Amino acid sequence: MTVTVFIPRDAASLALGAEKVATAVAGETAARGLDVKIVRNGSRGMLWLEPLVEVRTDHGRVAYGPVKARDVPGLFDAGFLSGSDHPLCLGLTKEIPFLRQQTRLTFSRCGVTDPLSLDDYRHYQGLKGLEKAIAMLPAEIVQEVTDSGLRGRGGAGFPTGIKWKTVMEAAASQKYIVCNADEGDSATFADRMIMEGDPFVLIEGMAIAGIATGATKGYIYTRSEYPHAIATMGEAITIARKAGILGPSVLGSVHAFDLEIRSGAGAYVCGEETSLLNSLEGKRGIVRAKPPLPALQGFLGRPTVVNNVISLASIPVIMHRGAAFYRDFGMGRSRGTIPIQIAGNVKYGGLFETAFGLSLGEIVDHIGGGTATGRPVKAVQVGGPLGAYFPRALFDTPFDYEAFAARNGLIGHAGITVFDDTADLMKQARFAMEFCAIESCGKCTPCRIGSARGVETVDRIAKGIEPEKNKALLADLCNTMKFGSLCALGGFTPYPVMSAMTHFPEDFAPTPLIEAAE
Amino acid sequence: MTMRISADEIALRSRDIIHDLKPLEGPMLPILHALQAEFGYLPDAVKPIIADELNLSRAEVHGVVTFYPDFRDHPGGRHVLKICRAEACQSMGGDDLADRVRSLLGIDFHQTTPDDAVTLEPVYCLGLCACAPAAMLDGAVYGRVDEHCLSEIVAELRQ
Repeated sequence: MTVTVFIPRDAASLALGAEKVATAVAGETAARGLDVKIVRNGSRGMLWLEPLVEVRTDHGRVAYGPVKARDVPGLFDAGFLSGSDHPLCLGLTKEIPFLRQQTRLTFSRCGVTDPLSLDDYRHYQGLKGLEKAIAMLPAEIVQEVTDSGLRGRGGAGFPTGIKWKTVMEAAASQKYIVCNADEGDSATFADRMIMEGDPFVLIEGMAIAGIATGATKGYIYTRSEYPHAIATMGEAITIARKAGILGPSVLGSVHAFDLEIRSGAGAYVCGEETSLLNSLEGKRGIVRAKPPLPALQGFLGRPTVVNNVISLASIPVIMHRGAAFYRDFGMGRSRGTIPIQIAGNVKYGGLFETAFGLSLGEIVDHIGGGTATGRPVKAVQVGGPLGAYFPRALFDTPFDYEAFAARNGLIGHAGITVFDDTADLMKQARFAMEFCAIESCGKCTPCRIGSARGVETVDRIAKGIEPEKNKALLADLCNTMKFGSLCALGGFTPYPVMSAMTHFPEDFAPTPLIEAAE
Repeated sequence: MTMRISADEIALRSRDIIHDLKPLEGPMLPILHALQAEFGYLPDAVKPIIADELNLSRAEVHGVVTFYPDFRDHPGGRHVLKICRAEACQSMGGDDLADRVRSLLGIDFHQTTPDDAVTLEPVYCLGLCACAPAAMLDGAVYGRVDEHCLSEIVAELRQ
């Protein structure tokens, strides 16, 4: 009987040696004359266990990890093909606490299936949402999405249904669905994991968006730093087109929808939707002033839905299970689930999909298990390079758009970077300004000039030059950037800077360097 | 082996690539990526050709090319090593790793070793943030880069 072994093809698993493991498993299989089928699945999102190798048994899938190529012969000797015990054995995959505690709606298939197998996709409820959408009127689909409470998962948190409604009601001969897959925030990798681990769900979500709004063409704009995601997504599009999921008649319906993937070229600011649209049009990735809204004048001046990968990938389950099912998860105005990415200096790093509302402390200490170095957690940055640094004192903050905003932070794309007590928050504040200076598109002065002046001002504080005066100046500069910048790059860079100054004042008062000591 | 490509050759090959991609909506970035894949960089000579084919000014093309960090105006090394400099990697010793790589290769970021073996580039996030620090060598990714992993990468570079 053929035994199925799962070895991830996710970029993070590959970065930890999954390819060598797959080669070793294939080699041992051949040498021992065994009947084994290797499936290259996505990642389950438990990065401290990658490469995570799974074997399908009568009792369910049994996990082994982290597996190195040199462990492979020993695994075969121990009889891992029948799920036998071994020092690396983790038991049944679904019983691993990190997975068991999750509510996987958007990521239900990620790590479970062969990302490029449509049979797998259908077997695990794929295309159910699209089939349902085809039988509905566009306005009904939009209403369903509105009722689900889904808000933009890219970070802005704008209600997805409202955006769709605007595009649906706009009259135009051509409308577009643009998927923002320009996931540049440090600590985030949810978009990448979906594109590499379950690309059909994004295609399905975009097709539903197209039917709902009357858009017949879609683009996925992703990063050149994600070659694996680009390759997998591209293959999935080809397969979907052949299967009639994309094309002139989506699943045999009257609706046409097709899709292309486009690669950015290393500019962080292109994750901002108007800059992304300019880049997609082939221009410099300069931010546009709003209005006009992209929903009315977006790609090539036509009505365009710009949604994040996770927003679009959450649509199929919402359509399939219904708005009420999705809305019942979460708290306050943050409905449904959010894939939290726990990263940086953390013991159990990875992707944890759960309903909104867990406290930051639960996420970092209990789920993440504290730091990888074993030292105390000093700070966590939530929401990428434009997110605030939170001290332990604020670990009771629930994971919710409004709760984070109330504490001068943001959840952004739900990435959390953990830092231990060796971190220097003044250095991090300087980096935030430096990053803004490097990545600024240059259109507005507060961002372009403010960030450069910000770096200089932090440097003066570090050197002990009039520290109090310069701290006041830095705060004033942050205020100008926050309210005077055109987009979130200049507008949100003050979050990490101000939070570092506010919560970690001791780091901004170093012993003044005594110059010319010798 | 150094290959000098004549201006005529560049023009011929560029026009072929541009003709293939021109029908796309917003063809500029796909064209620039394809040309860089073809030549290893974007020779100055391609700019007027793109301008002509897409009915743009040379200044507009130059503006686009210089906006994006990916596009280089001169050939890089045989390998390109990218080291992530973003926060998640910083939290796991990314700055020390960057210093170590710089001293091992004897070059700074944006530079190429004198033997043309490797160009060192910073990158702001490879999406490998839960297995930091991370690096990418010619499209192959590395996570939890430690001294052992680094020696593997350097061995790869020497080949």
